[in-house]
Amino acid sequence: MSDSPILSIKDLHAKVADEDIDILHGVNLEIGRGELHAIMGPNGSGKSTLAKILAGHPGYETTSGEVLYEGEDLLELEVDERAQKGVFLAFQYPVEVPGVSIANFLRTALQARLGEGEEVDLFDFQDELLAKMEILDMDPSFAERSVNDGFSGGEKKRNEILQMAVLKPKLALMDETDSGLDIDALQVVAKGVKRLQEEDPDMSVLIITHYQRVLQYIEPDHVHVMIGGQLVRSGGAEVAADLEAQGYEQFKTPATG
Amino acid sequence: MPQNEVVEGLDLDRYKYHFITEDEPVFRSGRGLNEKVVREISAQKDEPEWMLEFRLKALKIYNAKPMPTWGGDLSNLESVLDQIYFYVRPQDKMERSWDDVPPNIKETFEKLGIPEAEQKVLAGVGAQYESEMVYHSLKEEWEKKGVIFDSIEDGLKNHPELFREHFGTVIPSADNKFSAMNSAVWSGGSFVYIPPGVELDTPLQAYFRVNQEQMGQFERTLIIADEGSKAHYIEGCTAPVYSTESFHSGVIEIVVKPGAHFRYTTIQNWSNNMYNLVTQRALVHENATMEWLDGNLGSKLTMKYPSCYLLGEGAHGSVLSIAYSGDGQHQDTGGKVVHAAPNTTSQIVSKSISKGTGRSTYRGLCQVHEGSVNSKSNVECDALLINDTSRTDTYPYIEIDEKKSNIGHEATVSKVGDEQLFYLMSRGMNEEEAMALIVRGFIEPIAKLLPLEYAVELNRLIELEMEGSVG
Repeated sequence: MSDSPILSIKDLHAKVADEDIDILHGVNLEIGRGELHAIMGPNGSGKSTLAKILAGHPGYETTSGEVLYEGEDLLELEVDERAQKGVFLAFQYPVEVPGVSIANFLRTALQARLGEGEEVDLFDFQDELLAKMEILDMDPSFAERSVNDGFSGGEKKRNEILQMAVLKPKLALMDETDSGLDIDALQVVAKGVKRLQEEDPDMSVLIITHYQRVLQYIEPDHVHVMIGGQLVRSGGAEVAADLEAQGYEQFKTPATG
Repeated sequence: MPQNEVVEGLDLDRYKYHFITEDEPVFRSGRGLNEKVVREISAQKDEPEWMLEFRLKALKIYNAKPMPTWGGDLSNLESVLDQIYFYVRPQDKMERSWDDVPPNIKETFEKLGIPEAEQKVLAGVGAQYESEMVYHSLKEEWEKKGVIFDSIEDGLKNHPELFREHFGTVIPSADNKFSAMNSAVWSGGSFVYIPPGVELDTPLQAYFRVNQEQMGQFERTLIIADEGSKAHYIEGCTAPVYSTESFHSGVIEIVVKPGAHFRYTTIQNWSNNMYNLVTQRALVHENATMEWLDGNLGSKLTMKYPSCYLLGEGAHGSVLSIAYSGDGQHQDTGGKVVHAAPNTTSQIVSKSISKGTGRSTYRGLCQVHEGSVNSKSNVECDALLINDTSRTDTYPYIEIDEKKSNIGHEATVSKVGDEQLFYLMSRGMNEEEAMALIVRGFIEPIAKLLPLEYAVELNRLIELEMEGSVG
């Protein structure tokens, strides 16, 4: 059943945990294997929330609807189980882990995927890490720095893409990876994502962004517009171009609560 | 020690701390502490008269001093002390060769991984089993260099003048109630002398272990690093878990002579019913350096504040410590630096981790005497709380009597946050793995200074402690 979608979201409603703040109001989305989708939307539209919910962030609760990942109920899985099954979230605001090098961090993450008695081969890991860093124009010394500790905004985002490259997800969720990046850094990130898709044509990508700029470098198969916790328009790359010309104002409707 | 050498066989797992080896002590003192016990200990050790007098005088001081009312909760200690044996000797003679060590004692060491470790890296091992040194080996080249690495008893017998010149000069019996107690009943420990100009690349290591239920351990160590020498001494301990409360009170005295460089590393993992009250202090002379590296993981209550008395111009002292408190544990630790000469520098870095109902206290003293111009001291204490029920307190005492000095103090408290856990778990680690990685990162600045096999052991211990950390 390789032509069945990797991700299928049906009428998803969600709110902030322990509070009565609704954010998603019935999201429907299907992502096929190897497809590249983009969700665009203004601040506060709920697009980042959707990415976090898919990764299992404890700060949100789904109130109704369904999310199937490879045919399985994704919402029933723990955060680490989702990751182990191939879901990856590139964070909008990556978290610092002082004293833990990127190499050690990634090795631990790979080790967590292995069964009892299995060990990550250190030499293979080192080769793999260096190869991915080269693709992303990173100096090898970068791997020895503590995860996100004292990193610039651009370095943090690149570190997310490096992790994605090493962990090889089936579904990559990129939450505003483009924000705060200059053109050079954006091109490097785009190149990295393209290379990963070349290596694994089945890898699906969902890009969450405010701006269409990133979509000039990573061309999406499908573009969706999110307003007020719903996808209000879906189409091809032309949707992004349309947004560029007319902005989000055209979609603004009175809040439905 | 070669940094690229991988040490195997130190894969400590939890059950290893629960084993008990059956054995028959040759001699055991009666319960509790009194003059008769002290006289018996001294007679058993065949000590010179001055040492017996030293012990008896210390006993008087001990009896006269009240229990400390600061630090941890000692209210239950008196009844504990009435029940313990102050002296146990497992066998009569010192052993030098591994083959001569009796099988049941050897079994205990094997469970601790000492033979494997020795084959790989350890060059000289002094291992304290109960109250006596039973096994002691020293690399031949060190002996040729004139290095003395003996049990404290042999130090007294074989080097009486050197011993008497320094013994009790760094930490007088009257320093505190527990140094007085140790001075009265000390037994076991190391005597180390590094001759002038001698540098040792391989650390001197002493393993020791408390095995007899309800037995107090009062190890006494005296180290003299002579002018321009350089050495590193490592002490690591584990203790099996017993249901009744136990007690450990050591005294470590170190003299670092002009231009010498000495580092003393401890990784302590007492069982969680142990009272661990230790006094350790170094006198640091002109242009000499003393470094304490102190890891406290076990015990019910630890009160321990490694100290550097900077007596000579240009002396440097540092105290780096890691404390871990789990459920019901209290680590009251820190460091003391006393600047008593010009141009002296010091550093205290203290990191504590509290989990469950664990409590960590940083207690430190930085003192600058008048005339100690251009002295610099930097104190940094960081606390990491794992759960909402964990607790940490900071008591940094600073006493400055010299205006021309520079003292810095910085303290941070952090709590493992939901966002941080989510980030690590979204990479595939479960909550325990994520927690252990965060903790390892937190202590990394100190752990990286440890020899490889100790760093591995420390990481492993922390992983074990983090198991079940998830509510």
